[in-house]
Amino acid sequence: MIRIENVSLRHGQTQILHDISLTIPKGGITALVGPNGAGKSSLLSLIARLQPLQAGRISVDGFPVDTTPNRDLARILAILRQDSIVTSRLRVRELVGFGRFPHGRGRLTPDDYAIIDQSLQQFDLTDLSDRFIETLSGGQRQRALVAMAFAQGTDYLLLDEPLNNLDMYFARELMRSLRRIADENGKTIVIVLHDINQAGAHADRIVAMKAGRIVADGTPSDLLTPNTLQAIFGFEMRVETFDDTPVVLHFR
Amino acid sequence: MSIAAAKQSSKTGWIAGLMLAILFVFSLCVGVGDMPISRLFSDGRALELLLVSRLPRTLAAILAGAGLAIAGLIMQTLARNRYVEPSTAGTAQSAELGILLVTLLLPSASLLFKSLAASAAALLGTSLFLMTAHRLPPTQPFLVPLFGLVYGGVIGAAVTFVAWRADLLQYLSVWTNGDFSGVLRGRYELLWLGALMVVVAWIVADRLTIMALGRDASIGLGLDYARMLQLGLIIVSVISALSVVVVGMIPFVGLVVPNIVSRLMGDNMRGTLPFVAASGAILVLGCDILGRLLRYPYEIPVGTMMGCVGGLIFLWLLFRRPSHV
Repeated sequence: MIRIENVSLRHGQTQILHDISLTIPKGGITALVGPNGAGKSSLLSLIARLQPLQAGRISVDGFPVDTTPNRDLARILAILRQDSIVTSRLRVRELVGFGRFPHGRGRLTPDDYAIIDQSLQQFDLTDLSDRFIETLSGGQRQRALVAMAFAQGTDYLLLDEPLNNLDMYFARELMRSLRRIADENGKTIVIVLHDINQAGAHADRIVAMKAGRIVADGTPSDLLTPNTLQAIFGFEMRVETFDDTPVVLHFR
Repeated sequence: MSIAAAKQSSKTGWIAGLMLAILFVFSLCVGVGDMPISRLFSDGRALELLLVSRLPRTLAAILAGAGLAIAGLIMQTLARNRYVEPSTAGTAQSAELGILLVTLLLPSASLLFKSLAASAAALLGTSLFLMTAHRLPPTQPFLVPLFGLVYGGVIGAAVTFVAWRADLLQYLSVWTNGDFSGVLRGRYELLWLGALMVVVAWIVADRLTIMALGRDASIGLGLDYARMLQLGLIIVSVISALSVVVVGMIPFVGLVVPNIVSRLMGDNMRGTLPFVAASGAILVLGCDILGRLLRYPYEIPVGTMMGCVGGLIFLWLLFRRPSHV
């Protein structure tokens, strides 16, 4: 369980987050949605202790993120930032292998190799495993980074806009992979998404943020209604339901 | 590592080892003094020449070359920029400032103490460089080396000014231009400390590779980023300072060697670090041998040789089409 209590954050004069409280139970996919600048990425990086907590408390599985040793947290939660740029010339397999670092501190056991192979397979990278990252397309690179986070083998996975750079096929594949590992491996996934329909189709719960506050929270069918969407994004859109999945028509 | 990559690296390993061995033997045989190998063990003076001058000089070139290449690699990792190295980004100049001030204030200090002072100054200078480099926008990768050049130039100018006022300009060239001709037994051994730093770098190679992925990725993988930054700074500073104090600064090694190895083998330092060290040693020892032969019986200092050879290699790296393996 991720427990966020009264968290606020400011950068200089700008208040990024206003007194956020949120509990994410273990298991399932929670999507964070909202307009640009809503504070979604900031909240994610606070949960992942990438920046210091200024006010409030956050704990993951009962471990407070600001006082638990970094090494221990790395075995509980993995994060993929949205602006991850790999400038190193590493092969895909090497990069994914570094996901195992928190467990053996660099020494890879046969179990680790099995997990690396499984991660490569899970994200359709087996054929690319000997290629250097820099020779891959943006989407392939993105998948390699997600595979690295998955290889970390943590119960909690935080992903910041992982669908960036992915075409429709791989965006769908990635979301289905995430759905699978949530259902089969019992992972808890918190994912920042801009494609509201991906959230509607694959998430168990959607948390909507706007201007540093949580403005809506519920299942896709609760949340994806014209009124709520207008309150979040500020414009009118139609919502239709196909096969029990709400689809938002926001294009025109 | 995949099987293909492992095979390739073991082949490259053999080639590098063989080249270094050949250069090592060759370096022992090249010099003005007469040292016939046939009379090495019957003629006491030949053996003495070998042990007092040739062997120390060869070892010094190997240690300095390997160390500076590793220092360059780590500096590039810390700055997350492939175009910086200690001799251009203020580390070497800070070390010179340190040793110059100690020479002025405590002329009788031992070489070890001078090395410590130079290392401390290098640490300070490099930390300042990195603090500024991390603030530069990552979208402009050439700002970092450019800033390094200006920063190193300013400190270098201060060094020259102080030396000129104190009438120590002649000393200065001993530190700023690398030269192995003065290396004798008993006057190069501090360089082994640099070798120790190379070993430390190899121990933490995985962590250094992760650091190159950036701060967020490092913390996400449970690495103590701040502490690794400090360790990296210490390794870079100590190696550079020792080189400045013992043989003088040798340019370009830290720049070209890591770049070539990265193109050939990638950046997984657990695998590439030994090659970076070996290639640095080969390059510096090769340049020193060339410097001894070109104007025989006179010598060209290795700093000058490296300036020419390293500069050419760097231009070649820049203009050659990037390879996509």
